[in-house]
Amino acid sequence: MKIAIASGKGGTGKTTVAVNLAAHLSRRGIPLNFIDCDVEEPNARFFLGIDIGDTRVEQVPVPVIDEDSCLGESCRKCVELCRFKALICMAGTVMAFTELCHGCGLCELACPADAIKEGTRDIGESGIGRKDGITFFQGLLRIGEAMSPPLIKAVKARAENSGLTLLDCPPGASCPVVCSLQDVDYALLVAEPTPFGLHDLNIAVQLLRELHLPFGVVLNRAGMGDERVERYLEKEAIPLLAAIPHERAAAEAYSTGALLIDGVPGFADRFSDLVAAIEHQTGRTLG
Amino acid sequence: MKQLVVISGKGGTGKTSVTAALAGLGPAKVLADCDVDAADLHLVLQPEIKERWPFVSGEQPSIDPNLCTECGLCRTHCRFGAVSEDFRILPEHCEGCGVCDYVCPVGAVSMRPRVCGEQYRSETRHGPMAHAALGVGEENSGKLVTSVRREAKSLAEDRGFELVLVDGSPGVGCPVIASLTDADLAILVAEPTVSAVHDLKRVHDLTKHFRMPAALVVNKSGLNHDMESELLRYCELEGIPVLGSLPYDPIFTKAQIAGQSILEFDPNGLGENVRTIWSRLETLLA
Repeated sequence: MKIAIASGKGGTGKTTVAVNLAAHLSRRGIPLNFIDCDVEEPNARFFLGIDIGDTRVEQVPVPVIDEDSCLGESCRKCVELCRFKALICMAGTVMAFTELCHGCGLCELACPADAIKEGTRDIGESGIGRKDGITFFQGLLRIGEAMSPPLIKAVKARAENSGLTLLDCPPGASCPVVCSLQDVDYALLVAEPTPFGLHDLNIAVQLLRELHLPFGVVLNRAGMGDERVERYLEKEAIPLLAAIPHERAAAEAYSTGALLIDGVPGFADRFSDLVAAIEHQTGRTLG
Repeated sequence: MKQLVVISGKGGTGKTSVTAALAGLGPAKVLADCDVDAADLHLVLQPEIKERWPFVSGEQPSIDPNLCTECGLCRTHCRFGAVSEDFRILPEHCEGCGVCDYVCPVGAVSMRPRVCGEQYRSETRHGPMAHAALGVGEENSGKLVTSVRREAKSLAEDRGFELVLVDGSPGVGCPVIASLTDADLAILVAEPTVSAVHDLKRVHDLTKHFRMPAALVVNKSGLNHDMESELLRYCELEGIPVLGSLPYDPIFTKAQIAGQSILEFDPNGLGENVRTIWSRLETLLA
């Protein structure tokens, strides 16, 4: 079973819930895959104390133009067809701006002179780590690189598809999240009991409903704000799976990179509650 | 005209709270919310929307089932898995590249402009505001950010304002790159936590990549002294000016619930910290 941990906005505690859930399960003897899909800011490994090895440079396809056979100004077919403005024709020469390229292959397909071949461009790297029954996968986007979905796909492709997999999603509700949620069975949405928290939760809920993905909510920093998130969940008939109390000790534990189930008394029970609630909602046991 | 962009490597560090507080100080300015994925600035500034219009970016194909012969060429050539088994376009996977249209032998595919969200021009108690809402699950947030920034700049030009203050996006990818383009200074907001320090370094590398000057605001100060020292040491080493700090304080949440900025909600407490930050900013921009 694949369970994604997502949230409309950053900083709500997605990674906190994901890493504590992973550690809690692995201590109960349940082996799992953990995929950190936040390739812009992969942080989960800090909390799990995992060293990343087995790194691989990840690439996307980009066009390489053979100037000798390119028909240049007289053709311009690739330039006109490319919807990402990744190809331009200057002074009779066609050039590729590979940073804008989405790798769709249309230019190569359309070139009448067979002058476009496929090359590659590095977008970042993926890596694997192992500890206490957790097999950990992450990606690290190259600085200055705009498109993260191809790297997220590459990281996900490295993970085996058997047993239990937890995916820590990037924030937001746009393409990187959609890409992370693909092929997932169930999602946990992490929300804060604040006006920002409610607004962004609502966007995440719309996204999950659009993707027809079953989900429940984990309320993080419960008691920090007001009741409006709980009222919203009731009104929308969304299951509240667990509440993690707001405590300075939790923020301090987080700041040092510690797990809440180790650093704050009583928090391990909250994660037992969460596991039970997920099992109840999905009708499947995690172990 | 100067453009200030508030960013953070990581979400939830207090970017929006800092932006909203700074909005209440200094000269007349235009505000922009470029965190189009999780736009929250409007929750504090309660803009009165004056104009709204759809944000159209790129194209989306559709397959006419009456013309489609189910030959499969579009599925074979689509690299994004955006054509379903029964030959429908799956918009959440489609990049709008047009390969399907190009290869279709019977002309069953047509490309239409794709509406990806909505843009607004508004008025707030701290000045005009440019903002947007990205359609749920839509891509192209970088292009929407660029469009909001362009709108903010033109609003400032129209009114003869010298300053644009932008609530930027988290991360180091497409939206934040679009937030930073053309800015004069990036205000980095960071917490003293292990992950935020790591993210700060990544986002600072990004500002260096674009040769953009940067300055730091420490949020949740006092939460972890060791990490805070590390933050400050990093800034000293990298020559990043520190504008000031805001303590770890439940007042942030109380202000948010009240729909006010921390400058308005706690003028003598956190408001003082914000004024210090502003005066150092002014010195830096002078």
